[in-house]
This record gives sequence, structure tokens and C-alpha cells, in this order.
Amino acid sequence: MTDTTQAPSLHLALQHEVEQFLYAQAELLDEKRWQDWIDLFTEDGIYWMPARPEHTTWDGVPSIFAEDRDLMTVRMKRVLHPDAWSQRPLWGTNHIVGNVTVQSVDEAAGVVVARSRFHMMELRRDDARHFAGRYLHTLVLTPDGLRIRHQRVDMTNAQAAFDYVLQVWV
Amino acid sequence: MLPPSPDLSTYVEPDRVRREVYSDPAIFALEMERIHERVWIYCGHESQVPNPGDYVTLQIGRQPMVMVRTADGVRVLHNRCPHRGAMICGDHTGNTGEFFRCSYHAWTFHHDGSLKNIPMMDSGYAGTNWNRDNPDCRMKAAARVASYRGFVFASLAADGPTLEDFLGESKIAFDDMCDRAPGGEVEIVPHCFRVIQRSNWKIFLENQLDALHPSVTHQSTGRAARDVETEIEKRTGKAPLAYHMLSAFSTVTIDKWDNFRTLNYPHGHCILTGYMGLRPKDPDTLEYEAALAAAVGEARKEAILSTDIHHVLIYPGLSVQSPLQQLRVVRPLGVDRTLTEIWHFRLKGAPEPIYRRALAYYNLVNSPSTLINADDLENFWKCQQGLASDGGDWVSFHRHFGRDIERPGITETADGMGTSEAPMRNQMKAWVEFMTRAA
Repeated sequence: MTDTTQAPSLHLALQHEVEQFLYAQAELLDEKRWQDWIDLFTEDGIYWMPARPEHTTWDGVPSIFAEDRDLMTVRMKRVLHPDAWSQRPLWGTNHIVGNVTVQSVDEAAGVVVARSRFHMMELRRDDARHFAGRYLHTLVLTPDGLRIRHQRVDMTNAQAAFDYVLQVWV
Repeated sequence: MLPPSPDLSTYVEPDRVRREVYSDPAIFALEMERIHERVWIYCGHESQVPNPGDYVTLQIGRQPMVMVRTADGVRVLHNRCPHRGAMICGDHTGNTGEFFRCSYHAWTFHHDGSLKNIPMMDSGYAGTNWNRDNPDCRMKAAARVASYRGFVFASLAADGPTLEDFLGESKIAFDDMCDRAPGGEVEIVPHCFRVIQRSNWKIFLENQLDALHPSVTHQSTGRAARDVETEIEKRTGKAPLAYHMLSAFSTVTIDKWDNFRTLNYPHGHCILTGYMGLRPKDPDTLEYEAALAAAVGEARKEAILSTDIHHVLIYPGLSVQSPLQQLRVVRPLGVDRTLTEIWHFRLKGAPEPIYRRALAYYNLVNSPSTLINADDLENFWKCQQGLASDGGDWVSFHRHFGRDIERPGITETADGMGTSEAPMRNQMKAWVEFMTRAA
């Protein structure tokens, strides 16, 4: 692991790269570019929203989302299907991502762990809902740039009753 | 609008129902009084409260309640201090310690609800009629509490059928779930998904055995899952069972649903027979079947695993999917708002992969990111909008009316008529009986 307080210029470049990556990921959701969003994950990538904050793995415990690329593809194909009735109404989201911190860098493995906070406003018909929380991204450096091996989404209101459901990723 | 003293029997005919039954707040209030606050309502599973003082809070009709483990069994109490009415337990779950303590004036109560102490009780209440002999000086208990194979129910009415008589044939929901465990019982997984539906509670219950809707409502998910399932099969030879659970919504086409059956019983309970084919011959299943046979014998194992159930509706508030060890509890919040509490269970003594099957279904179908219920809830909301309008006065339950097989204690759909609206007619028949019964 590298102490991220060393080599300030490298640190700033990495910080910038991570921030731009997280902003771009959020933008893909808001633009409903689902396949491009899925392609940000590595082949073995996992998107995980724990059911409970104390959970440390998605494996073998209930989760709100615990999806590999195959399950992400099911979700994408569902919302794109012409008979996904619940996708017909006016529906959209707006994400703001901030408080981005590079938590650790493993240069040998090419792995970066980054924490950030998000706020998502969702409009569905005439109703706005708000979801907010923390992202924990495990990113890998690939020849194509950063890719997500694991994204943990701890939503502050994950424990509250859901008024309706979540149709796509947050 | 509802007349001052409505004859509710005129709101329900054998094959159709007035829209006000779903949309009138006055009828909703009567339902809470005459149905939910009288009949046996599911509270929780005993494994949620393993130790003395463990509690969970819940709603029965409009009443906040608390289910608590005492030294001698599980009790269900009104979650209310008799002093100024403050709720005693403010959390969903926890341990209350050796006694309940009101956070307002420190009144304390034993786990059975009886008064333990009031600060300076002797000086403060001497000469008043507020004393330990006053039956109101305690946390009020539910009139009746009973449990069946670890599933705890309470009734707020002192009279009425016993729990087992009330459940009748629907007991099979719990027998099927527990009997599938080599250890003979289930243990709750301590997490509850809570999802609010913007629709009347009965719309959800009616949908549970609506065999016509899946291939219409859930076609998008069924097709998407089938596409990916096929892709995985090409890539690896075999797709996980979870994909089959979802793709069945498209591979079982609308015409095939008539091949299934519904069984309809007194008090509104109903069973939908199975359709998913959850008994594959993979090594995990065979290992599990061997464990079950070792526990109960080969013949009994066959009988248990041949039980043909997709799910069981226990009126007026519980939908149990016994082969996948999950249940959804319906808590009405208002005439057009309903909370569902969704739980799943482990089969004691079953290998881990069998639990993983239940977990996959819990995550994909029953979680707040459900690939299935998103479209159900959209339809329920649309129904609620339409039923609040003057565009028509009736809901139609005519499908296959008059063609069901009626026998004492059961109405069964006829061969090739599985999409009969018999379950809805059966639920409304029970509704009229509950709503018009002399108080």
C-alpha cells in the first residue's frame, strides 16, 4: 500500500482521475446509458448495496443489490423491454457525487480504493424521492483506464421503508 | 360515498365488488375494526426473539403492538404505557432488559406487561383508584396469542375460532416450510425488507393468486432473464437456478397458466399450486434430499418434496412461499397505502446451497430492487387510481365464475381453468362474512 500523502503531484493526478471517473459513472446513470455503465465494471465486477450496514460481504447474506455483470444485464434488458410497464412514466434521476477520498493505493496490484458521498434525486411521475449515502469503489487500473471491481453502496436510507422500489442502480 | 349505515353485503356480489370496497376510507376503518383487529394476525417467528426481553414491534390493524419473549413463552402486548399513552418500545427490534421502562416517567413493567413499579407510587397514588388491583394499570395484552410451528399469531378479540381452526388447510404453508427442513423447523434470517405499496391491501392479496397476470405483468423480466440464461448456458453449459425462477415468467406463457390450480378455503385462505419446477437433479439438491431422507425416511421425504405449492395466502395479511422459505406480511397503513414486510428463513439441517436458493429469490424478487414487483406495484397503483374514479362502479371477478368445483370446505378450480378468479371471489366471500358479522 502507498501512503497517499507522499508524492503530491502523483497523488493529485490520481485524485483527479478518480473524481472524473466517479462523476462519469454517475452521469451514465442519469443519461440511462445502461450498457456503458455496466462496461465500467471488470468481468468479475460486483455492484453491491448491503441490506445492513454491518455486513462485510454480499456473499450469503440478504442484499438490496448484489449483482455481477450477468444480473446487471438482466436488469438492463428488463428496463429496455417495451413491456416494462413501470418504465413507461416520466422517470429520471440526478446524481451529485462529492467528498471523494482516495483511501488506499496498491501500486503493485494496480488497485485504488476510493470513498465518496452521493445524493440522488429521482423523479417518477410527479413524485421526487431522495437517496443518499456513501460509495466505496475498489478500482483497478487497466489499459482502458479505471474499471470497477467492487462498488459498495451504503445508502443512509436503506433501512427505511421503501415507498415503491428501486428499478435501477443508485 | 358510503351511506351512514351501509349494508356492506350489498357491496359484494358473488362475481363482482363495488369499487368503494377499495377506495372508501370509512370502509377501510370498518375493515380494521371488524377484520384486522379481530382475526388472527401474524406477528412474527419465535426465532426473532430467542432470549427473555427480546422484542419486535408490529402493527395489528391500527394498533402498535410488541411481541416479547418472557421466561415462559412469547407474549404480544399493546405497545403503550397506561399512564399517558406513550409508546414503550420505539425501535423495530431490541432487548428491553429485565423489564420494560417507559421513557417518559419511568413506569416499569414486567415482560408479561404487568406493572413492576411507578416512581414514588406509594406516596403519589395512595387513596387514588390507580393501584396494582386496577386491571388497566398495566401494558394491555392481546386477547389471544398462539403459535403454530414457531409462527406466532395474535387476535385482539377474546372470542372466535382457535388459531388452528382459523388457519384450517392453510396450515400447510408452515408444515410445508418446516417439513422441508431435515431438522424439522426453520430459523428466521434477521432482516426485513419493507416496501410500501400505494394501493389498498386487498389488491395485493388478490394479485397473489392471480394466475393470469404473471406472463403479462412480468414479461419484461421473464424475457430479459431468459436471454441472459441462454447466454450463460452457451458460455458455461448451465445457468444458476435463480435465472430459471425469473425466466419462468416468460417461458410459462399466458395460455399455460390455465393448467395450474387454485384451492380456496374458508376465511379467505387460498393456495396456488407450484409451477417453477424447484426439484432439479443437481448434486446440491441430491445432497439435500439425502439429508432429508436420513432424517425422516425415504417415503416421508417423497411425500414432503411432492407437496405442490407455489404459495399460500393466509387471509387477511400473509403470503407464504413455503418451497422458497419466504413470506410477505401485509400491514394496511390507509385505504390507499399498504406496507409489506418481507422475511426469509433457513431450513434447519439443510446444506448451504439450499439456503442460497431462497436467498437468491429473496434478493431478486422480494428486495427493494425487485425485478418482479416493480411492475406489480405499478399496476396496483393504477388500480387504486381507477377505483377512486367515477368511471365505473364495479370490479369484475367473472372469470370462470360458475365453473369452479365446490365441495364442503373447499372451492377448487376445474381442470384447464387455473386462471379462474375463484381466489378473489373466495376472499370477498370471507370479507363479507367478517364485515357483516354481529359485533
